[in-house]
Amino acid sequence: MRPIPRPTRLLATELACVRGGRRVFSGLSFAVGTGEALLVSGPNGAGKSSLLRLVAGLVRIAAGRIELEGGDGDANLGEQAHYLGHQDALKPSLTVAENLEFWTRYLDGGAATAPALDAVGLGAIAHLPAAYLSAGQRRRLSIARLISVERPLWLLDEPTSALDASAQAMLAGLMRSHLASGGMILAATHGPIGLEGVRELRLGGAG
Amino acid sequence: MPLIDLANPTRFLAFTSRFLPWLAAATVLVLAVGISLVASAPDDYQQGATVKIMFIHVPAAWLAMGCWTLMSIAALGTLVWRHPLADVAARAAAPLGAAFTAMCLITGMLWGRPMWGTYWVWDGRLTSVLVLFLMYLGVLALWRTVDDPSRAARATAVLTLVGAVNLPIIKFSVDWWSTLHQPASVLRLGGPTIHPSLLTPLLIMALGFLLLFITLHLAAMRNEIMRRRVRTMLMLQAEAAGR
Amino acid sequence: MTALAAILTRDMRLSVRQGGGALIGVLFFLIVVTLMPFAIGPDLALLARIGPAILWLGALLASLLALDRLIASDYDDGALDLILTARAPLELALAAKALAHWLTTGLPLVIAAPLLGLLLNLDPTATGAVALTLAAGTPALTFIGLIGAALTVALRRGGLLIAVLVLPLTVPVLIFGVAASNAAIVGPVPFGVPFTILCGLTLMSAVIGPFAAAAALRHGME
Repeated sequence: MRPIPRPTRLLATELACVRGGRRVFSGLSFAVGTGEALLVSGPNGAGKSSLLRLVAGLVRIAAGRIELEGGDGDANLGEQAHYLGHQDALKPSLTVAENLEFWTRYLDGGAATAPALDAVGLGAIAHLPAAYLSAGQRRRLSIARLISVERPLWLLDEPTSALDASAQAMLAGLMRSHLASGGMILAATHGPIGLEGVRELRLGGAG
Repeated sequence: MPLIDLANPTRFLAFTSRFLPWLAAATVLVLAVGISLVASAPDDYQQGATVKIMFIHVPAAWLAMGCWTLMSIAALGTLVWRHPLADVAARAAAPLGAAFTAMCLITGMLWGRPMWGTYWVWDGRLTSVLVLFLMYLGVLALWRTVDDPSRAARATAVLTLVGAVNLPIIKFSVDWWSTLHQPASVLRLGGPTIHPSLLTPLLIMALGFLLLFITLHLAAMRNEIMRRRVRTMLMLQAEAAGR
Repeated sequence: MTALAAILTRDMRLSVRQGGGALIGVLFFLIVVTLMPFAIGPDLALLARIGPAILWLGALLASLLALDRLIASDYDDGALDLILTARAPLELALAAKALAHWLTTGLPLVIAAPLLGLLLNLDPTATGAVALTLAAGTPALTFIGLIGAALTVALRRGGLLIAVLVLPLTVPVLIFGVAASNAAIVGPVPFGVPFTILCGLTLMSAVIGPFAAAAALRHGME
């Protein structure tokens, strides 16, 4: 693994997004610096998920630009970000460890997954097929991906969904240490996610 | 012990663990007697020593059909009485049925090579067995595709019963098709005109095969019960880790 | 490289564990071959003559079976999103997926072909020729199928559409596959000519398939 330069700022200017012929949002500008989290809030259909997918490079940018300043010049934005969407990207017939190991190897090349599984509290059932997991456990397993592979920017879409109180606290702890080590977080959420003093970006006006 | 007690999987496990060694020993004994009788039986004046393959082929064919009957009864048990052991019995029987059908096909092909000069002809009997084999494989595929054992059991039970209704129709159609194309000149496999000196070894071999089937079936049922218990334990473990 | 090895081993594991997908392909192949004599009659001489064609058609249809899940399963559970944003090139990831798919569904067909040759009264030379041409030609079917799988990925009921899209593209493979088998059995063309063209088709589709599929996926994004 070669050392990856740490990006200093995520900068979006006059972003617009069009999905299915409908203008979801336009003229959106924001910046996230190192160690900062930005919560994207707004009513259903305001474009929270679209914004995250757009930053990850999964939705085409209709207008404006988005860049990660000071990052790895060779890599595009999606390659320096973790995208945690609504879906868990888990295969039920693979074991918990095999699922995480695959993503770790595919995204990074490393293979040390045990610490990440312990961090999300799944270390004891690493040998079980993912089919046996509850929704909350599946969510925790996809969160384990965030810490087993290091990426400066986390794009989290409703990260607390399906998580109980203790798992939410666990996630909040992981996010705090990610921010403390100079990472950035862009999270779409309906409610608080356990981080204090974070800025909020409200989409969709008063709606 | 009353038979009804065996319906409880735990009792079933306890009973079979005592019963299976004796059954296995009886199987070995009967098969040994059967094979020695077959070895000393006279060769056929037309077919020579090749006829002896019939002593494996015919019992395998009987079991291939008998096993589907067993599966159909188990399917009724699953659908009508919702009996926990019926699923297990059906699931354990399917691979055995497929194996005995395959044995029947392979011995038939080996017999056909010197008789017909080719490993396979589309003879009515062989072809029906081939279709039966395909249906066994279909049942196995369905078992493997559905994850949840009790849902898989109900689905395969329906398929098994549909198969039981259809098998005679398939057999009739294939026979009609094959006689349409081939007049009766083809050598018949087995058939009722068997010489009495060959009948005794055949029946003893058939008994040996039946015992073998029962032994393997009970052992497979034990495995299946334990496999399900392991599955349940793993799921409980996953649940416990949620706290 | 690690990433590609990871996706290769994962897909092969999945295919072996999820309901034995590979074996269902072989079973379908067996059923298609069994049905043919019921339709055309059990004349062994006729079966031996058209046997290579039956085997090729059976393998062609069987190799279409699992294609609809090839990419759609990753699309449904969100894994495709991560694959699209990863550093590993999408084209190579798709090629690795296609290779895994061929190893678990195409290769078993090649292995089963000689056994089915017995049912069709093929002699050993003919059986060998069919197995060899299938080994050389089925990868082309998978790589062409990859394009269809990528085009239909976001559709419910994509399976039927895949067959409609892909089958016309497989015509050259079928032509030269059967031609090479027949050339080995009865001539008059030497075996090498159609067989070389068949290998060329496979190599070409191994290049075009992943690139076209990757382009289809990228442009399929909103």
